[in-house]
Amino acid sequence: MMRIPAKVNQAAAATVMALATLLTLAVLIFIVVFILEKGLPILSRTFLFSVPRDMGKAGGIFPTILATIILPLLAIALALPLGVGTAIYLTEYTRESRLTRIIRFGNDCLAGIPSIIFGLFGFLFFVTLLEMGWSLLSGGLTLALMILPTIIRTSEEAIKSVPTSYREVSFSLGATRWRTIQRVVLPNALPGILTGVMLGIGRSIGETAALIFTAGSSLRLPQSLFDSSRTMSVHFYILAREGLSTENAYGTAAVLILSVLSVNAVAYYLMHRYMKKNA
Amino acid sequence: MATRNKIEIQRLNLYYGAFHALHDISMDILDRHITALIGPSGCGKSTLVRSLNRMNDLISGSRVTGSVRVDGEDIYAAKADVEKVRKKVGMVFQRPNPFPLSIFDNVAYGLRVAGVKNKSMLQDKVEQSLRAAWLWDSLKDQLHLSALTLPLDQQQRLCIARLLIIEPEVILMDEPCSALDPIATAKIEELILELKKNYCIVIVTHNMQQAARVSDYSGYMLLGDLIEYDDTKKIFTHPADQRTEEYITGRYG
Repeated sequence: MMRIPAKVNQAAAATVMALATLLTLAVLIFIVVFILEKGLPILSRTFLFSVPRDMGKAGGIFPTILATIILPLLAIALALPLGVGTAIYLTEYTRESRLTRIIRFGNDCLAGIPSIIFGLFGFLFFVTLLEMGWSLLSGGLTLALMILPTIIRTSEEAIKSVPTSYREVSFSLGATRWRTIQRVVLPNALPGILTGVMLGIGRSIGETAALIFTAGSSLRLPQSLFDSSRTMSVHFYILAREGLSTENAYGTAAVLILSVLSVNAVAYYLMHRYMKKNA
Repeated sequence: MATRNKIEIQRLNLYYGAFHALHDISMDILDRHITALIGPSGCGKSTLVRSLNRMNDLISGSRVTGSVRVDGEDIYAAKADVEKVRKKVGMVFQRPNPFPLSIFDNVAYGLRVAGVKNKSMLQDKVEQSLRAAWLWDSLKDQLHLSALTLPLDQQQRLCIARLLIIEPEVILMDEPCSALDPIATAKIEELILELKKNYCIVIVTHNMQQAARVSDYSGYMLLGDLIEYDDTKKIFTHPADQRTEEYITGRYG
């Protein structure tokens, strides 16, 4: 067999990796540009701030923007304490054992379940059994269950990455375990936990399948958490599938993409500032 | 002032799972003196010093028999309050390990976790502790800076200040200079000699010159046994045990 000279080998590897990166970037840019090109011309103050008329064929998308803000926030508000609590328990209060491995395995399985299954469960459990109906609350609870495994996993990794020496020092200064968690472990795990939160928010904003059956698809402005409302993703899905209005679908998609990008940008900025302050 | 035993260790055995790390150790440690523990790596000197404030509790599978009395109270008794023990018997670690916080917040840590919120009290105590660790004059204008920006020897003295603020009575030092250069080591040693006036100090060291320079009493450990424990001068000039002599003359270690 002919040997490939090391230099050629190196150059080839570098080129392949560079191409892979370029391709990834190109796909991202293509999607964003494509959607924005079709959607941006639709955007106007009326489109953003008025209620839809005629099933969404005309009018704006204000209620769906509102639902897209409320549902992920509700999901995070429910999943964050539960998830971080679980992560703290698994890392700080238990020793590695068969039980923790089973819990972790179960959690990873939960993370892999398709969102439509969460939607079905939410429909049967929250909407029907608990009689919450199609509502923001049902939707938020369902989303919370859906993102919980991710929050637990990322929080756990973040907590584990806090150096043991910090805990040791804290204990040696007479701090209790809980004080140590409050004062040393959580602050230092925060950037990692926030990563999980951002992943969760991102998934919630884009979620359709889990919400159609739980939050419903009402176009009215929700008055309380017990009202049904559709998010931008669901709105987009219905507009496109029913062939109601391709223009408004693209307009909605453009707002959706811009909000996801800005959420990520803000999170990125906050995380950097936080890490700089603590470096 | 008459000195008295601050710590009395009686027939202390420590196990990590099946591994018998400390064998039947008995020793008395005098208040306001410096006691050094020397010996080759793995001899158990760090384990012994960590059993004096129950830091070994944090290692899963560790088990203790015998007793360690501080001021006559057994810290391994069922009713002993671990947090209280650790406040009384403080510890300085091998590597300087400030928290990634400001200098002020590092020093104030011990008081804050104890629930002190009064600002002027925190400020006074932080100043006192930094003075006692000889850091106040050089750092008083930069208390808000991250502690991680300090040079290593200042970091280590900061760790000492962070300990002093909780007013311990015993200071355990686990090779406090091993990460430092000779000049920084000299500064820390000078500080240790100053602290001796008010505290009972136990120092683990790899460095025999250091033990000879700073300590009043020395214990030589080998494979989990306390071979010899005596006046430092005697240990380094006329050791009673042949194994001690072989170690201090550099035949192994």
